[in-house]
Amino acid sequence: MERLSWTGALGPWLVPALEAALVALALAALAHPLALLAGYRLGPGPEAARSGPGRAARLTGGLLRLSLWALAAALAAFLIGGLLVPPEAKGILGRIATRLWPVWLSLGASFALVALFRRRLGLLGHLLGNPAGAVGLALVMFWVFAALFADQIAPFDPITDVIAGMKNKPPGTPLPAPEGTYGYYLLGGDALARDVFSRAVAGARVVLAIAPAATLFAFMVGITLGLPAGYLGGRLDLLLSFLANLVLAFPVILLFFLLVTPEIVAMGVPTYMAGALFLFPLIFLTILWNSRFRTRPPLRAALIGATLVLGGWLYAGLAWNADPFGVVSMPAGVLIVFVSVVFVNAPSVFRIVRGLTLDIRTRDYVAAAQTRGEGPWYIMLWEILPNARGPLLVDFCLRIGYTTILLGTLGFFGLGLAPESPDWGTSINAGRGLLQFVPFPPLVPAVAIMSLVLGMNLLADGLREESLRE
Amino acid sequence: MAGFIIRRLGVMALTALCMTFIVFLLTNLQPNLEKLAKTQAGARITDAEVASWIDRNGYGAPMLTRYGEWLGVLPAPLATDADGRAVGGRCLRGHPGLAADEVPRFCGVLQGDWGYSTKFRRPVTEVIAERLQRTGLLMAWAFATMVPLALIVGVLAGMREGSALDRGLSTLSIATTSTPEYVSGVIFVALFASSMVGLKWFTGSAKSAVEGATFQNFTLPVATVALYGMGYIARMTRASMAEVMTAQYIRTARLKGLSFRAVVLRHALRNALIAPFTVIMLQFPWLLTGVVIVEALFVYPGFGDALVQGAQNNDIDLLLAVSVVAVIVVLATQLLSDIGYALLNPRIRVA
Repeated sequence: MERLSWTGALGPWLVPALEAALVALALAALAHPLALLAGYRLGPGPEAARSGPGRAARLTGGLLRLSLWALAAALAAFLIGGLLVPPEAKGILGRIATRLWPVWLSLGASFALVALFRRRLGLLGHLLGNPAGAVGLALVMFWVFAALFADQIAPFDPITDVIAGMKNKPPGTPLPAPEGTYGYYLLGGDALARDVFSRAVAGARVVLAIAPAATLFAFMVGITLGLPAGYLGGRLDLLLSFLANLVLAFPVILLFFLLVTPEIVAMGVPTYMAGALFLFPLIFLTILWNSRFRTRPPLRAALIGATLVLGGWLYAGLAWNADPFGVVSMPAGVLIVFVSVVFVNAPSVFRIVRGLTLDIRTRDYVAAAQTRGEGPWYIMLWEILPNARGPLLVDFCLRIGYTTILLGTLGFFGLGLAPESPDWGTSINAGRGLLQFVPFPPLVPAVAIMSLVLGMNLLADGLREESLRE
Repeated sequence: MAGFIIRRLGVMALTALCMTFIVFLLTNLQPNLEKLAKTQAGARITDAEVASWIDRNGYGAPMLTRYGEWLGVLPAPLATDADGRAVGGRCLRGHPGLAADEVPRFCGVLQGDWGYSTKFRRPVTEVIAERLQRTGLLMAWAFATMVPLALIVGVLAGMREGSALDRGLSTLSIATTSTPEYVSGVIFVALFASSMVGLKWFTGSAKSAVEGATFQNFTLPVATVALYGMGYIARMTRASMAEVMTAQYIRTARLKGLSFRAVVLRHALRNALIAPFTVIMLQFPWLLTGVVIVEALFVYPGFGDALVQGAQNNDIDLLLAVSVVAVIVVLATQLLSDIGYALLNPRIRVA
């Protein structure tokens, strides 16, 4: 078998179309700002402001839009064409598109569902009408589904499938003896002869398992400490703010190097930190139920009991690796990475929550609740927090992206996760030595990180615009 | 203003003390010291020898005492043998062979003695000075490209909120903030320095930039550092510009018949640049992470590389010195940005 080409049988038609669209886009992108600027200079006074951009600017603007659509159409044609042509005519792109079919199916289904119930979904429904938000949502959902279906998508095992003769091979290289397995390394082989494509897909699972969960924990810590700091103020606020600023003043990279060295791990510092940080969700939920259902003791007891039993079980397993049933546990490397990411993020969340609380506590409904005789924790958790949800939601999305970047940074320096772990940062680290000669092993995970973070940032941007509009 | 600065300086000093103590604590834990003893005195020494090495070289005292000695506010004890010759102690590190009475009693950071790097086998001050120079060059170029570009992009995007130009530039800014240095660096090298694309315009390593930075070997590192921070500054500038453009005095200027250009350049720009100033100052600590990544990726032996080497080789004095410098830079930029903001913005009165 010979090496696959990128585009397969579709290439001769689609590549020129793509090139034409790209050239048109570049020309329009250059011409449009110039036309706009020229239009501004010509306008002397308020009339120009009302009449809007001139004819030249309208023309280049239209061209810009048209070439963008053409580019999108050409790319979509690659995907759909790649899916539809017979297997022997498929190029690398077509084969990748085919491997990803569960993702396309679920993406289509979920977007169809959202579009169908758009009216009833509130903010999520509005997002579809916002181009940036919709693209962001699509990118994020793409990686979520890729992580979910990683086992079906990846043709090889990301860690154990080391195939002789495939070391540092370029994309589309056929296996020397493809018996009973997939015939090609679609995006080439890495320095240990593993499949780059499979590792990138499996890496999505690692990253998406850690980043959102770590962000959630950071939010629990930040909210539990930020609400009383902002609402009660005084010495508590002074102390907590000083501590938060202390952690924030550390350059992130220094903190990582200090927390994730083998000596520190040997002293058990990450475990103690996990012991402290993982308590916060428990505290948060307990206070939440207690303040809300104080007047209904049976319900309160049931909720708090359930929280403590379930949470305590998870806590023992995750933080101390002491689950009595041996079900819940966290690998040591993952725990270290998780804890350091939570620790870095929690102070910024604290500052945001504190600032929002300081703003909201002067509102009338807070005064009304105080007059009603509600306790401070009820006011903080059930009056202030729900009204701070908009900015917090936006920050949550942004922060998942930032956490992904932090995870990549840790991996890039080989801190925390095991060296054979398929996560993107570790893969970049493994491939960067030979980057100039074998670019694909680090390039693929790099593009993966970028697209996921871009998706998160676009989603956050869309959410911010839509929530401002409401 | 003076009171404000003095109060800020006080908080800063307290923060610096706390931070350096934390770093000291984390780098001087027992496993670190044992590893250090083994790398310095031989890997096969017994546990008793390790303990005596630690005691003799002044690592045996309680943590707080050692921190005071490192700071230079407590005298460091000197270990002598039966003949009264100095054999070890904090002040003897890096100067072997000094007679016992020549060894200073205090030798901490305050006395200018930053210790001895076990990795580079030179005094830490020399290593740090040399590397700060190199990183300073990188940072200066990165700032010189990043700040003007970001301000232009932000002002252009923010002067007409919601226009096509705004949308395009804002998306561009979001894209750059989503591209951390290790991603953009890898993409740049793959595009412009690898045999895959074959452009080979630049070199993929900045090692030769130590002898002299040229366009060829320094462009990619500078571009990589600048790109990630650019989007953030541009977004802040855009937000600030968009807010200024809705202000009453801008409308007044338009109504009195000034051209859009004159309004933007003469009236809006100055006020719109106050907020980004703070952001630009606060980019320094962010840039440190970027610098560490870029120096690792492009093999440039600067300050960031010293951090990595210090951490990976258990070089306690070097890592401490790097941390002190980093902490001081962070705190100083915070102070400067506060003062600058108060000075630039006439609405803020500091008592």
